[in-house]
Parts: sequence; C-alpha cells; structure tokens
Amino acid sequence: MEHLTDKRTIRKRRRRDIWQQRELYVFLLPAFLYFLIFHYFPLYGLLIAFKDFVPSLGVWGSEWVGFQWFTDFFNSYYFWDLIKNTIQISLYSLFVGFPMPIILALAINEIKDNWFKRSFQTITYAPHFISLVVMVGMIIAFLSPQSGMVNHFLGLFGIEPIAFMSEPGWFKTIFVLSGVWQNMGWGAIIYLAALAGVDPQLHEAAKVDGASRIQRIWHINIPTLMPTIIILFILDMGGLLSVGFQKILLMQNQLNMETSDVISTFVYRAGILDANYSYATAVGFFDAVINAAILVGVNYLAKKRSGTSLW
Amino acid sequence: MFVYVFLIIILIMVLYPLVYVISASISDPKLVHSGEMWLWPMGFNVEGYKLILEYEQIWVGYRNTILYTILGVSINLFVTLPAAFALAQNKLVGRNLFMMMLVFTMFFSGGLIPTYLLVKNLGLINTVWAMVLPNAAAVWNIILCTTFFRVTIPKELTEAAVIDGCSTTKMFLRIVLPLSMPIIAVMSLFYGVGHWNEYFSALIYLSDESKYTLQLVLRQILVLQELGNDNVQSTITSTTAEAMQHRQTLAEIMKYSVIIVSTLPMIIAYPFLQRFFVKGVMIGSLKG
Repeated sequence: MEHLTDKRTIRKRRRRDIWQQRELYVFLLPAFLYFLIFHYFPLYGLLIAFKDFVPSLGVWGSEWVGFQWFTDFFNSYYFWDLIKNTIQISLYSLFVGFPMPIILALAINEIKDNWFKRSFQTITYAPHFISLVVMVGMIIAFLSPQSGMVNHFLGLFGIEPIAFMSEPGWFKTIFVLSGVWQNMGWGAIIYLAALAGVDPQLHEAAKVDGASRIQRIWHINIPTLMPTIIILFILDMGGLLSVGFQKILLMQNQLNMETSDVISTFVYRAGILDANYSYATAVGFFDAVINAAILVGVNYLAKKRSGTSLW
Repeated sequence: MFVYVFLIIILIMVLYPLVYVISASISDPKLVHSGEMWLWPMGFNVEGYKLILEYEQIWVGYRNTILYTILGVSINLFVTLPAAFALAQNKLVGRNLFMMMLVFTMFFSGGLIPTYLLVKNLGLINTVWAMVLPNAAAVWNIILCTTFFRVTIPKELTEAAVIDGCSTTKMFLRIVLPLSMPIIAVMSLFYGVGHWNEYFSALIYLSDESKYTLQLVLRQILVLQELGNDNVQSTITSTTAEAMQHRQTLAEIMKYSVIIVSTLPMIIAYPFLQRFFVKGVMIGSLKG
C-alpha cells in the first residue's frame, strides 16, 4: 500500500513539474515539429524501399514487393563497381585527409611566435569557406589541359598536358587532395584546442629528464590528442559510404564516370533524375544501414581497445 | 627550423591558388590562357567583371541567395535558440528522450528520396520554403548552443529571475538572449555560410530560373561551362568561327571574376568574423 502511494506522489510531482515547465515545452515545439516532419517522417517514407511505389497510391497504398529492389541492386552489373568506388574514395580520403590536421596542429603547436601562428591559421582556415561549386570550378579551371595552371607548370618539365578531369585514373586523387587543401586548416582547430589543454609542467618535467622535442610530442602531445582523434575517427567512419557526395556529383562527368560513380550519386540519378523512387530508396537504405553498422562496429572496437567511444 | 619550413610550404600551397584566382580575374585573359601569368596580375583587364555586371542571371541568383540566407538564418535561430535553452535546463522532464531523438537523426535518416518526396508532397517544390524549411536546424548547432547556455548563463541568475516572478519567456528574451550575443553571432555565421554555399537543395528543389540561387548559376558557368542565353550571347550575333572563339575567351575570363564576385561577401567579412568561427568550433570541442 505504502509503495503505491509513493508511486502516486511521484507521478503527481512529475505532473506538477511538467506543468511548471510548460513554457519550456513551447520553446521545444518548433524544433520538435521540425525533426518530426523533416527527419522522422522520411523514415516512414523508407517503406517504399519494400513497395512498388506509385505516387498516386501513396506510401501505404502501394503494393508490397519485399526485397525485390534490393536483390535487383545486388544482381545489377554496376553493383560491385559502385561499392568499389565508394569504398576506395572514402578510404583514400580517410587515410590521406584524416592525419593531415593532426600533423598540422602538432606543428603549429611548436611555434612560439604568436604573430606567425595567427596569420598561418587565418590563411589555412580560409579555403574552408569556399563553396563546393566554386571549389570544383577552381579545380576544373586549374586542371584545364589548355589554360590550366597545373598543366602550364607541368609543361615547364616538358610534360604533355593531361586532361585530368576526363581521365578516370585521376579522379580519386584530385578529389582527395583538393579536399585536404580545403579542410586541413579547419580540421586542425579542434586538435589545437585539445593541445592547449596540455599541462606545461609535463613538458618542463620531460625537458628536465632530457626528452627531445620529438620525444615530448610523441609521449605527451599525441596521447593528449588521442581521445579527440578517436572520436573524430569514429564519426568519420560512420559517414564512410556517403562521404563527399555533393562534391563528387559536381566533379562527375561522362568521361570519368567509371571511377567517380558512387552509391549516393547513383541514388541521385536513379531517384531524382529517373524518378525510380522505390529502387533509389532501397539503394539509399542499403547505404544507410551499412554506414550505421560500420559506426556501431568501430565504436565498439574503440571502446574495447581504448576506452574512448561515442556512447 | 624544420617546423617553420614545413609550415611555410603548407602556407604557400594554400595561398597560391587563392592569389592566382585574384590575379587571373584582373589580368589579360590571353596571358592567363597561355600561362605567362604566374602569380601577380599581368596586363590589367577587368573585362570579366564588366561582363558579370551585364549578366543578369548572376544578379538574380545573388538577390535570391541573400533573401534565402536572411530568411533561412532567421528560421534557424528561431528553432535553435529556444530549443537549446530548454535543453540546457537539467530539470526539464523528458530532456534525455528529446536529446536522443535529436542525436538519432545524426546517424540515421530516411535519405535523399523519402525527403525529396516529402518536400514534393508538401508542395514546396519551386518555392523559397524548400530552401529553408528542410534545413531549419542542425543537431550539432543545437548541442553547441546548449553547451553555451550551460556554461555561460549562471543558474543563480535564472533562478533569481523566476523567484522575482519573471516568466520563462520573458527571462529568455530579456536576460538570456542579451547575454548570448557571442553564440548568436556564431550561429548566424555557421548557418549563414551554410545557406550561402548550399547548392544541392537548390539543384533538386528549384527548376524555375527566376528562383535560382547564386550557387546554381555558378554551377552553370563554372562546372557545366554554359553561359545562359541572355546578354552575353546576344552581344555576339553572328555564328562565325571567330564569334565562337570570342565566346570561348569570354567564358574563360568570366570564370575567375565570377569566383571573386560570388565569394566577395565572405572575403570582406572573413577577417573580422574568423575568431567567431573559431570560437564556435572551440565550444563544440568542449564537450565532444
């Protein structure tokens, strides 16, 4: 009996709390509606991946087809090409792009001259704010075989002009390196913030013990960065299959399609351009599931190995 | 010293393309084309800028982008700030549930097609709303603001206000917001840059040229290398080979100047605003 009244008073108090906080719930309302409509409702729309979606019949009214779209995709001749390109591009950008900001932050951290430090950072952040369209426009202009500065430069060494944008072999390298150029400075900020938290006494003590600069970076700075590195790594891995979609789409052309077509650009073509809604949704769903699985897997490994994880 | 050499090399690599674009935009296109211009402008020429002035589509895009950015940021702030303030209150019943609801969307979403179909069914295609409503808030930014409110608004202040009989809304508007100018600046910038640079929403949701954003127009010029069929083309009436050649060169010069013109607001504002951006990232890293 006592137990029951206890529960009742708790519930009563809870109700009173909620009533007192009613204004705060009004504050949450716009965000709640936004996420409900634009993020949760599309999850219901995912159902069309298992249906033969006819717009006039609506999501619910369309006929169920089970996993037909998925098997169609797995059996299509382009399936392995898409997978291969997607994974290659993401791994390539991960391995080249991920360490760069860390190296940069460690290097900037060694600079004592504040003026140089600040101007260096101001300049290296700047490309981050260039829009993707302008970025790709710059890439195309710089790499043009007739007028691009890169080919003029190669010409100095007697190298014949290369049509970079139309040769499939160059696509991934261009994509990854331009990404590094645009984002390394920005990416370094977060590591620099973490490095600012290193206790100077640690360095003093290490100096007294005769540790060299490299040794101190290796044994003090890098271990300090480790949690940040792991968290950012997990987040990056989670986006493995969807990385750089908008930029790839902009850089893509008929000639480099062989190496530039990835799952997400395929979804765009099949869904938006060709209006194969159900098929494109199924492919996108496949992409999202794999991404989520990788995220969970990497997070699990990170937790086990290092104790740092997202959850 | 090795570190300096390394950083200076990086500096040159980052800076060179930026300087090149500026130089190329005011140089003689022939010298740029042949590769004689390396770093500093050669053969001063502003033909490209003149062409842009006459190129109506760019200005339509410019106007639309400014409009969408202002409207978009207003909506972003209206959604983000109150929600973040509510979430910063530990005593809020159901706070964790709501937080989980937000974070879930960061890792799993319906994806491109269901979202597109939703926007279509809502009748937003080809309207301004398609550019601002689907991006009304970003989870990361809400978390950022929540952290900011927690760290900078003293609990005693809000509690005292409540005891004095101030309603939550009044307190939020009169006390909390005036104290939150730094984060409001950071948010306006983050969201603003996002709207300014956004091209994909415009690509899939807008087909009416009069509603095009700057980025879509840029895409036509820079990526698809198409010049619209208005002014630039009408200045060349004949279709002789010479005219074609001329058209080609026009397209070439316009590219660099159009990059400058479209990025101009950012170039002007950047040195002043840079520290705000950095502050934003720092707040984000406080609690990862």
